[in-house]
Amino acid sequence: METLALHISNGILDGPVAALFGAISLAALTFCVLRGRRDLDDRLAPMAGLVAAFIFAVQMINFPIFTAAVSGHLLGGALAAMLVGPWVGALCVAVVLIVQALVFGDGGVAMLGPNIFNLAVLGTAAAYLLIALLLRVLPRTPAGLTVTAFVSALVSVLVAAMGFVAQYQLGGTADLGGNLAGLAGTMAGSHLLIGIGEGLITATTVAAVAKVRPDLVYALRALKPAAPAPVPAVGGVR
Amino acid sequence: MGAGHAHVLYREAGSPVHRLPPEVKIAAMVVFTLAVVATPREAFWAFGGYALLVAAVAALARVGPGWLLGRSLIELPFVLFAFALPFLGAGERVGFLGLHLSVEGLYGAWNIIAKGTLGVLASLLLAATTTTRDLIVGLDRLHCPQILTQIATFMLRYLDVLIGEARRMRVARMSRGDDPRFLWQLRGLAAGIGALFLRAFERGERVYLAMLSRGYTGRMPVVWQGEGAATTGQWLVAATVPVLAATIAAAAVVLT
Repeated sequence: METLALHISNGILDGPVAALFGAISLAALTFCVLRGRRDLDDRLAPMAGLVAAFIFAVQMINFPIFTAAVSGHLLGGALAAMLVGPWVGALCVAVVLIVQALVFGDGGVAMLGPNIFNLAVLGTAAAYLLIALLLRVLPRTPAGLTVTAFVSALVSVLVAAMGFVAQYQLGGTADLGGNLAGLAGTMAGSHLLIGIGEGLITATTVAAVAKVRPDLVYALRALKPAAPAPVPAVGGVR
Repeated sequence: MGAGHAHVLYREAGSPVHRLPPEVKIAAMVVFTLAVVATPREAFWAFGGYALLVAAVAALARVGPGWLLGRSLIELPFVLFAFALPFLGAGERVGFLGLHLSVEGLYGAWNIIAKGTLGVLASLLLAATTTTRDLIVGLDRLHCPQILTQIATFMLRYLDVLIGEARRMRVARMSRGDDPRFLWQLRGLAAGIGALFLRAFERGERVYLAMLSRGYTGRMPVVWQGEGAATTGQWLVAATVPVLAATIAAAAVVLT
């Protein structure tokens, strides 16, 4: 049951709550589309595609926790926020979720709203706020960047999991009575472990990219005066 | 994303369902799923009706039941959650085989299993009859923002790049004396995940620049669009399934 927060299936939340979060997600995504268009240049377009593909591939690997029956997979919100920024990052995660819901039946179509809200909006937003904060506080060394990536990934997973618990409180189809605290506890516990895995993968990937091509890490661009990176001078992408 | 880049779930066939334009199928699938989810869980007969609709479309699309059931195992974690509900749920309890199960929880479990399964089956039918390329064309014609279809296009294109790059790195590791078995294969992958990402990016960037130099403007060329947008007739044909489902849902809401 640990995959719950990651992909809510059809029928787990009731209609009004799903519709409410659908509306919120739609508004948030519209905003991201408007802001993301500004960000998406010739360097970011292939990066956004690769980040989405990477998240898609990584979400296919379910890693077991304790027993085979209990497993979870990664979210990727922090990785996306780190490499392509919060706006395009949220869109990348949303695209992954949409394609999974349409084609793989992973997460219900009717639950896309709550799913996108938890994973794409909440997860990426939490990650990016932390990244922005930590990058200012921590020393500007590779170690600082690695710690930032790890912590923001860990926290974003927990925030997304709690987003699901809150939605279940609002409109779960089965009344758990006083067991909601139990659900919150299980979700937090298991997602702490998923978060550590997510943090490790995010930190390794971001550290490797930052070492070789620091110009590709979106989160670092805001800090340094933009280094004249070799951008191919070709037509824009709109 | 040239010819032959169909995804694993696609079933090559020439059925009437395959020939329908993708935007029509996406819309039908979404409306059908919404109708299923809106149905009150006490209306057991309605879910039988939905199952018949799914079966009819599957037969028309020549998708076998064995394939559908095998692929719907993706739903398993939710089924496990559903099985936990009768024990966790609050309120009235019934005895069954010596177990005290919550009535509310049992309804909840039924709700999740029935609606989840129907949703998974509907999306599997869409996947089985639509190539990824058509899927993106369909989303584009449904006025999905271009930035989203663009990310989706690159995502699907780069999945192949990523998998190919991972395979090459594995061959490289093996030819240098690494002989991983079973789960230990993951160790090599984990250690090289940063390198994998960079290699895939650099390859992906070359793919992207090649596309730009051939006149890519952020939207796929007209050649991709195939036979053109759906006609009114095709919309009407495809609307039969969601309209029937919506009728069942409306009847179920009125009757319960």
